Amino acid sequence: MNEDFIGVVIIGTSWGGLDALTRLLSKLSVDFLMPILIVQHRHRLSDNHLNVFLDKHCALHVKEAQDKDKLTPATVYIAPANYHLLVEKDSSLSLSAEAPINYSRPSIDLLFETAAEAFHEKTIGIVLTGANSDGAQGLKLIKEYGGFTMVQLPESAEAPTMPEAAIKLVDVDFIAEIDGIAQRLIELNMELPITENKTKPP
Amino acid sequence: MNSNHSNCKNNSLEIDLLLEGIYRKYGYDFRNYSRASLQRRIKNQIEKLQLNNPCELLHLVINQEDQFAKLLSSMTINVTEMFRDPGFYRSFREKVVPELRSYPSLKIWHAGCSTGEEVYSMSILLKEADLYEKSQIYATDIDQKVLSDAKKGIFPIESISQFSENYLASGGQNSLSDYYVSKYNRVIMDNSLKENVVFANHDLVTDQVFGEMQVIICRNVLIYFNQKLQARVFDLFNDSLDRSGILCLGTQESLHLYPIKKDFEKVDEKNKIYKKTSHLKVLPLQ
Repeated sequence: MNEDFIGVVIIGTSWGGLDALTRLLSKLSVDFLMPILIVQHRHRLSDNHLNVFLDKHCALHVKEAQDKDKLTPATVYIAPANYHLLVEKDSSLSLSAEAPINYSRPSIDLLFETAAEAFHEKTIGIVLTGANSDGAQGLKLIKEYGGFTMVQLPESAEAPTMPEAAIKLVDVDFIAEIDGIAQRLIELNMELPITENKTKPP
Repeated sequence: MNSNHSNCKNNSLEIDLLLEGIYRKYGYDFRNYSRASLQRRIKNQIEKLQLNNPCELLHLVINQEDQFAKLLSSMTINVTEMFRDPGFYRSFREKVVPELRSYPSLKIWHAGCSTGEEVYSMSILLKEADLYEKSQIYATDIDQKVLSDAKKGIFPIESISQFSENYLASGGQNSLSDYYVSKYNRVIMDNSLKENVVFANHDLVTDQVFGEMQVIICRNVLIYFNQKLQARVFDLFNDSLDRSGILCLGTQESLHLYPIKKDFEKVDEKNKIYKKTSHLKVLPLQ
């Protein structure tokens, strides 16, 4: 199993995602070391405005995921429009132009599935607002691999369908409004030993 | 360690064995493909055949060649469309075509052509630029099945409205319907579009240079390879291009991680069009 990180945060969202992501990410400071991977459904011809916007409103470095990127602490990776995003076991990223899965490319399920297989119980999977059920299957797999699962409280979501689908399928560990999820992430980050201690030579 | 962990480890080992077996039996080398996506496609095939694990699939495909052909088609990605990423074709028309006019003849290699949609697109573009007559296009793929589909040039009618939309967005000068006839629920591309095209089997992983090209188009193929294999293929492309040859990659593919980037300049960074720069070779003094 991958030993590079103490945890990796994987977020899936669709309708209403921009606002939810902005609120969530702006709560995290630069000492939030776990890499964050995001699938936000959007139009196939969208440009990189999403990551440029989020980068401006967030202390962490936000970038569009590039093929073969190596995950780095305190960095947020956004799946490019019209490509699937996958994580490899060596914590590098892969992109794929395979057919859409359940009408979605990028697919949240696919990212969640590969993250669960790469990081097992170190995976923190989060489903936010959205108007379809992408992500539920993937979140189930994260849970099965011993990862930590969180879902936005449906009543607080701009589109409750996606959180509801996830809650229906998975025995979710933590359900809360955006602020609560951010708080829980910060706590999870604090509970963890700092990566520097782990990687520094004796 | 829970059962998922050990299952996962063993599954990964079994996939290694499957890929090794395929390589030794058939010579196709998938060992350096990006693993996450490949693993998923293998898993889908295992489920489809109602098998239990990669080792059962290995047994099946090394003993039944027709089952291997099916697996091969499912392991490679054949998602494509005519004038896919119209911005790329527009940029090719505007920035590459003028450079190509100076050549007396053109060799264009379309590597990983799949079912051919993008090859026919390039034929149309070259026709409209008055370059088609002097062009020879080599369209290659590792999968014989998709190559024979590509050769036919017959596409489902449902896709044609997307293709037409792409064609117009790419700066097409006519109507896409000038280049095909509809029959039943299919469209048949005009024969002249494949007059100057050779469809051939070529494996980027194991095969070598086969000619000096003015243009290489290889879009959305390299993302399925790991870094080691990408490096190999970039070297192959570098060796296959003439001294100011053009290299076209997919919108999410790039030379930036590889030493050969120093041999290329960017023609269009967004659309991933590169041009080889001819360095002066300094000979050692006697």
